[in-house]
This record gives sequence, C-alpha cells and structure tokens, in this order.
Amino acid sequence: MNSQSERPLIELRKVCMDFAKPSGEPLPVLADIDLALRAREILGLLGRSGAGKSTLLRIAAGLVRPTSGQVYHRSMPLTGPSEGIAVVFQTFALFPWLTVIENVETGLDAFALTGRERRERAESAIDLIGLDGFQGAYPRELSGGMRQRVGFARAIVTGSSVLLMDEPFSALDVLTAETLRTDFIDLWQEQEIPTTSALLVTHNIEEAVLMCDRIAILSSNPGRVAAEIPVSLAHPRNRLDDAFRTVVDDIYALLTSRAVVFSAAPGQLHSGFARPLARASVSQMSGLLETLAGAPYHGRSGLREIARALGLQVDDLFPLAESLHMLGFAELSDGAVRLTPAGRMFVHGGTGERKRLFREHLLEFVPLSAHIRRVLEERGGHRAPRVRFESELEDHLTRRDVERTLRVVTGWARYAELFGYDDRAQEFHI
Amino acid sequence: MDVLETFVEQHAEVLSGARWHLHQAGWQDLAATILVLGALILVGSGAHQMVAPLAAAHPLPISLSPAALPLYTLRTTMRMFVAIAASLVFTFTYATLAAKSRRAEMVLIPLLDVLQSVPVLGYLAFTVPFLISAFPDSQLGPELAAIFAIFTSQAWNMAFGFYQSLRTVPRDLDEASRSLRLSAWQRFWRLEVPFAMPGLVWNTMMSMSAGWFFVVASEAITVDGRQIKLPGVGAYVAQAIREHDLAAVGWAIVAMGVAILVYDQMVFRPLVAWSEQFQFATTPVLLRPRSWVLNLFQRSRLLRRAARPVAAGVKTAARARLAFPAGVHRLGHRLSGSRSADIIWIGLLLGVLGYVLVELLGFARVALAWRDVAVAARSGALTLLRVVVLVAVATAVWVPTGIAVGLRPRLAQKVQPVAQFLAAFPANLLFPVVVFLIVRLNLAPAIWLSPLMILGAQWYILFNVIAGASAFPPDLREATASLRIRGWRWWRDIMLPGIFPYYVTGAITACGGAWNASIVSEVVRWGPTKLTAGGLGAYIARMTETGDFPRAALGIAVMSALVIAMNRLLWRPLYVFAERRARLD
Repeated sequence: MNSQSERPLIELRKVCMDFAKPSGEPLPVLADIDLALRAREILGLLGRSGAGKSTLLRIAAGLVRPTSGQVYHRSMPLTGPSEGIAVVFQTFALFPWLTVIENVETGLDAFALTGRERRERAESAIDLIGLDGFQGAYPRELSGGMRQRVGFARAIVTGSSVLLMDEPFSALDVLTAETLRTDFIDLWQEQEIPTTSALLVTHNIEEAVLMCDRIAILSSNPGRVAAEIPVSLAHPRNRLDDAFRTVVDDIYALLTSRAVVFSAAPGQLHSGFARPLARASVSQMSGLLETLAGAPYHGRSGLREIARALGLQVDDLFPLAESLHMLGFAELSDGAVRLTPAGRMFVHGGTGERKRLFREHLLEFVPLSAHIRRVLEERGGHRAPRVRFESELEDHLTRRDVERTLRVVTGWARYAELFGYDDRAQEFHI
Repeated sequence: MDVLETFVEQHAEVLSGARWHLHQAGWQDLAATILVLGALILVGSGAHQMVAPLAAAHPLPISLSPAALPLYTLRTTMRMFVAIAASLVFTFTYATLAAKSRRAEMVLIPLLDVLQSVPVLGYLAFTVPFLISAFPDSQLGPELAAIFAIFTSQAWNMAFGFYQSLRTVPRDLDEASRSLRLSAWQRFWRLEVPFAMPGLVWNTMMSMSAGWFFVVASEAITVDGRQIKLPGVGAYVAQAIREHDLAAVGWAIVAMGVAILVYDQMVFRPLVAWSEQFQFATTPVLLRPRSWVLNLFQRSRLLRRAARPVAAGVKTAARARLAFPAGVHRLGHRLSGSRSADIIWIGLLLGVLGYVLVELLGFARVALAWRDVAVAARSGALTLLRVVVLVAVATAVWVPTGIAVGLRPRLAQKVQPVAQFLAAFPANLLFPVVVFLIVRLNLAPAIWLSPLMILGAQWYILFNVIAGASAFPPDLREATASLRIRGWRWWRDIMLPGIFPYYVTGAITACGGAWNASIVSEVVRWGPTKLTAGGLGAYIARMTETGDFPRAALGIAVMSALVIAMNRLLWRPLYVFAERRARLD
C-alpha cells in the first residue's frame, strides 16, 4: 500500500494539552504529540487510563482545543467539529428520547436535506449496520451491542471519511464486543462504509492487535507517544496464531518496561510523596499475590497468561501489578510478574502478620503515607484536615489523580492501621 | 411502548391498508374525542369571559348562588393556565440565558435566588396599583395582577430547575451533539429541552399545585383602599365571608376540590406519565407513573392520526437549523473569552448596583424612621417564632405518620395521592371555617390564628416523608429486622437518617408556604369581625391595604431577609449534610 506518500487525513503536530491546577499553573496531560492518521488505515491508540487517550481523540475530533500545537484535517487547520469527521463514543451517547431511526437521523441534522432524503440515507445506514427491524425501538429497549450499532450507524450516515472511536467496545460483554469488532472489520475490508481512516482508542491490547494496522502506545504523566508498532497481519486475524501472540507479548513487554521505568525513578517525575497511586485495593492485591503463589504459576507468570486466566483487562491488571511492584511484594519486568520474598511471606502470613508486613512496606515505599503519618504525629490532637494534603498534591497532579491517590492511600493505611480518616469532618487522624 | 407493541401496531396498519374507515374508532376514540372537545369548549368560554368584562368599568357583583360556581371555578383555572404559559416562556428564556452566558449568569442566578425568597403576595402590593393605572377603566389590570401573582409563585423555581438541568446535560450527549454539528436551536430542542423535560414537568406541576393558593388569594384583595374583586372562587369566598354565609364557603370548597381532582387526572398525571419517556436512565423503569387519560390518548387511533401532522410540525421546527451566521458566532466567541469585556461588565454591574443602593437609601431616609424598622423587625420575630413552632409541631405529627404509611406500600399508594391533593388544595378556602369557630368560641386570635399558616403547607412534609419511607431500600429493612433493631434505636439509627433528605426537602417547602400564608392568615375577617394575630404578615397586609408602600416594602424586605437567612443558615447546611450522609459511594 502506498499510504506513506499520501497526505494524512488527520495530522497532529506538537500537540500539548494542559489542565489548570488550582493555583492557575498548567499541568501537562499530553506533551509533544506528533501523530498522523493516514488514508486506508486503522490506527490504534493504546495506553493506560489517565494517559490522555480520550483527550487526544477529542482534540482530533475538534471537540477540545489543544493548549498548543496544530491539528490538520486534510491539510486544513481544524478549528472545531468538522464535516468529514465522525465520533463513536464509549457510552454510545444516544438520545434516549429518540427512536433508533431518529437517533441515526440526528447525524444528518447538520446537512440541508429534505425529509425524504434524510429518511432514505438513515434507512440505508441502518440496513448496512444490521439494525433492520429496530427502527422504531427506543435505546432503552436495546441491548448494549445494539445500542453501539446505533452509535456506528449515526457516525456512518454522515458520510465521514474519518471515524474516531473512543473505546467503542469496552462497555460491552466479551461476546458482543467480539461480534461487533468482526462486523466492523468486515465492512471496512469490503469498503462498504464511507470510512477511509479510523482511529481506535483502547486499553485492550488484544483488541488493538486484532483490529489495527498500526498501534501508537501512549505513556502516562504526561501522555507521550512512547512507541509506534506496525501490525501487518492479514485479516481475519486469529488470536491463537503465533504471530499474533508475538505482537501481543511485545506490547506487554513494552508496557512493563515503561511501567518499571516509571515506578523505579519517581523522583525524576515528582518530588517524593506526590507520586500518583493507581486504583488497587488490598483485597485485589492479596488475590493476585495468592494466585501467583499457587499452581501453575509458582511465583512467576507472564502478564498475558495471568490476565487471560483471571479475565482481567490491562487497565485492571496493570494498576495491581504496578502497586505490588511499588510496595516490593512483586517484580514487574519483560512482560512478566514475579513474587518477591516479601510477597511470599505476605501470602503465607496470617492477618496480623500480613498487616504488619504491609505497614512496614507502606511506610518504606510509599512516601505519601509516611508523610501523612509524620504530620499526624507532629500535630496536637493527632488530626489533620484533608485539604492540607490535597493542596500539596494538587501542585503536582490533576484533581482526578489527587482524588484517587488520597482514596487509595486511605484504603491502604486503614488496612495497615497506619492512620484513619473521618469523612464527615474531612480529617485524617491516628 | 415495547418492541412487540410497535410491531403489532405496524402490522394492523398494514392490514387496514389504504382503506381507512371510521368504523375502526372504538370507545377509546369516542372518549378521547369527547375529552378534547370538552377541553376546547371550556377553554374557549373561559377565555371569552376573561376578555368580555374589559369594556365594563364596574365589575359585576359576585353572586353567591352555587350555580354560579362552575363558571367562577373555570375562570380561576384559566388564570392558572395563562400564568403557567407565561412561566414557561420565562423559564425557556431566562434560564437559557443564564446557562449559556457566564456574564448573564453572574446577575441572573443571584437575582433568581432573591426573587424566590420574596413572599408571593408581597408582589401584589406593587403590581396591583401599577397595573390598574396602566389599564384604567378595565378589569385587565387586576386580572393581570392576579396572573402575575401566580406567575411569581411558579416561574422562579421552574427557571431554577431548568437552569440546573441545562448545566448537567451529560457530557457524552453534549459531545455527540457538538460532533454532529447541531446548531444552537437544534441542540436546544433535540437535547436540552428533552433532557430537562421530566424535571420541568414535575416542577411545573408542583408549582401549579402551589399556585391555587395564590390565585384564590389574589382574586379578592384590598390595595390602597381599593377592593379588587375578580370573578372566581377566591372572590366568591370573600363575598361569602362578607355575608357570613358558611354554606357558600362549603360550596366553594367542594367546587375547588372537584377542580383540583380534574386537574390532577386530566393534566398532572398524564403529563408526568408522558414525561417519563425523557427519563435519562436508559435502563427499563419498573415503576412508571400511570395515567388512564394518557393511555386513552395514546391508544386512540383517531387522535393519534389527528396528532400526527402536529407532531411532524414540531419535529420539523426542532430540526430547522436557524444558526447564526459564522461571523456573529466568531464575534460572540471572542467577546465571551475577553478579559477586558469582563472588566467592563463587572464595572457596569457595580455601577448600577451602587446607583440603586443610593436611590433606595435616599428614598428610605425620607419615608421611613428607625422606629419603623424596629416595628417590622419585632413583627418579623413574632412570625418567625410561629413558623418555627408550627413546622416543629407538623414535623412531630407527620414524620412518624409518614414513616408508618410509607413502610406499607399498599397503604402508601392510597394515602400519597390524598396528601398531594391536600397540598394542592388552597387552604385559604378553609380559613373562614376556622375563623367562624374562633369567633364562636371566643378564642385568642394571636394563638389560634397561627395554625392557619401551616394548614396547607404541612402536607408537603407528609408526602415527602411518605416518599422517603417508600424508597427506603428493602434489603436494609430486612437487615434491620434480622438484627432485631427496635424502639428508639430503630428511629435514631435507621429510619430518621433514611428519610432525612426527603424530610428536609418537604420542610423547606412547608416553611416557604408558611411564610407566604402569613400574609393572608394573620389578619382575617368574618362578616364585620376582624381578627388580628399581629406579626409580619399582618403588618404587610395592613400596609398594603392602606397603601403605605414604603412600609409595605419594608415589611416585604424583612420577610425576604428572614426567608433567605433561614435557607442559608438552616436548610442548606442540613440538606448538604443529609445528602452526604446518605451517599454510599
């Protein structure tokens, strides 16, 4: 395919996106993104939650303006939502008060069409996407899969050549998602839909490898394009093929190497305690440790295997594995996770033993918990308002990260009996 | 309508084909047609009556014959509907402006907050003289003043609710409508109004229930020595009081009861049931409000056919782009982000505010003495005491009752409509009965007139508590039962926290109702006898009657300040507390 020489349909040059901290200073979410969506390709955008994937998609859609950098659509600067670009949403974003066909017709509201033309075009999109017979149904009567089909029909009816998909299958059950993916790839292969280029945002590695011609991997804090991987397998792709598995394993390895770099040298990114914590509860972490310790893993497993065995997505698995790595209970490298001696002790310990061990590791490896504990010890009455730590963290993290980090550290500290938190008074205490 | 039903309907359509005969009209068609024609005739004759006396300089005397009551009731109802139409127009413009423009929002929302706290009947002191002088020699002045009074009881909270809906449009739908490049007009009718619809309908209907009180009160009022008599139920009762005719009062109560029942069945329920389709949750709803009228209309083939062109027209209108030219759009965009425009705007606001303040102070210095402020404040304290005591008493009575009823679903289903009916029923129609008793038994008015304030308002506490107790999660109830929690602990730890947010909602409404009612309940008459309970309501009523506008304004200002203070210092913190405590995530 001679796609390299053609002009890209969407091009992002040096795109940066900052959110404002409470102090008014900028907090970078996306940094220096250079990305092009070429003709006749499906480009995957893979990254952890909070990496800014969805923001990037919204920038490409003209829904969000980047802080700096340029966005081009067919070599013209993009200033807002534009003809020729359609979006499919993770939550479907259907109007619940409109029927299926009315929902599809909203895709044509921006065009000057007669009622008849509108109806005909909507009907043919519905036909194409496999919604025939459901025209008069309301979204609430449909299953998730059918709802997302409406989402696709609404995007396709606009005749757009660019299709931007924001985790379109992640709200669906496994079987439905698979059917929808296959149907989409079929339509795409047969060129029955007007789409000539698609961007797929996802956190599901296998999904990306299954569908995309090229995968851009986004690192976190701030989001950057860490790697671009071409996938040249022919459709239909088979998850059990060796070639397929090799690509998946490569991506796992790539992601863990980034994760390790990220976890091992936090000082370069944030000053000590302001490292964002991933959503991982103690019971989930113990569960993972216990699974790892037992057969058939006996202390070591590839991430792909254990993710499949436990039915976890990358987005569920990575926070757990990374937190265990940070706490010194497991080691994460080369796409595999290994139990450390401390992890083994944790698995075999009783409740008291586990708590003691967790408390030691928490104080040693999570500077934030040590910091809160120290402040509480110094204070008279051993109480300190939540706002105090919030504002400290907000100098380095986004609001959402602060919220999550405090929630996570509170959960860990409660388990370890390091300190407590009174939600009514919004105070930490010993 | 479920999938199956849709299918069946389409199927039937195919069968009848092009040959469409009237004989398919069943009893449902007939009944629905009668309803529609009846409504048209009633509205037509009511409107005709309303406009007819325009020429007459002197209003017709009010007849106490029960036969005259249906027409009076109809005219009262007409005023309600005109007011609701005005409130809707106000809601769509005012709230939209506030939600779309940051600068307008700065002014409009605090203003709305204050407007909402001003006693509804307080507005009458100023609108009646103004409108009478604007339309001399005609009934239109008082008529508009009455409509305006109802409008003030509805518009503020409808606008506030709509504004809040506009601000909480789900992000994904907002992004979808932007990426589909809908124009502002399309977006308004396709996304914003439908999204706000359930809240808007519910708010409108609740406001309308509260409106009966004010329409009755504003039909017979004395401002600046002038007696206003608007043909309607309120004027009828006023006449009955003047002639101490207790039987006529009874007839009026019956007529009003029937009117509210009809309104509930024909308007309230069908609309609420209809608005369910706009409910945002895309999951199937188990408990849907039902309305036989709505079912009748939706199942009547004839009416559906008749409504089709209307529906198509509405849809086409909603689809029209009506977009601003790109230049205007760009200019607006530039202005809204500009900092210097902000500074000019805020400067302008401060200027206007300062000017008004200086004018007001100058006016007050001439017209009022410090002694007046002291008198008003003292009266305010007395009324405040009454409100607090009455709400406390109503709480003590209706919270346990409401919980007992709410926990029995079958009983709740029967009691809830009654409580809603009682809340809508204008309590001022019942005043004469109580006053008659006070006069007969020679009771102290300062004490025995007080309960009138809470007569209509208490039901809000009852039906909110019933709603709260009905919504109490069954699994929590089972857990409580299996843990054998009983007695005082059951109340303190389980039930009271469970219904608290609902109670606060009800109590806020009840409190507002009581303040409003004080203006008509602290001074009452029975024939030539006049009873006064003292207090701020009596103060405002007296100043309005004698046309002492500076003091009326002072009284209204004190009352508004008390209402605002109570909301800010008591209810809002309680509400925030209740919300936070009841949340699980």
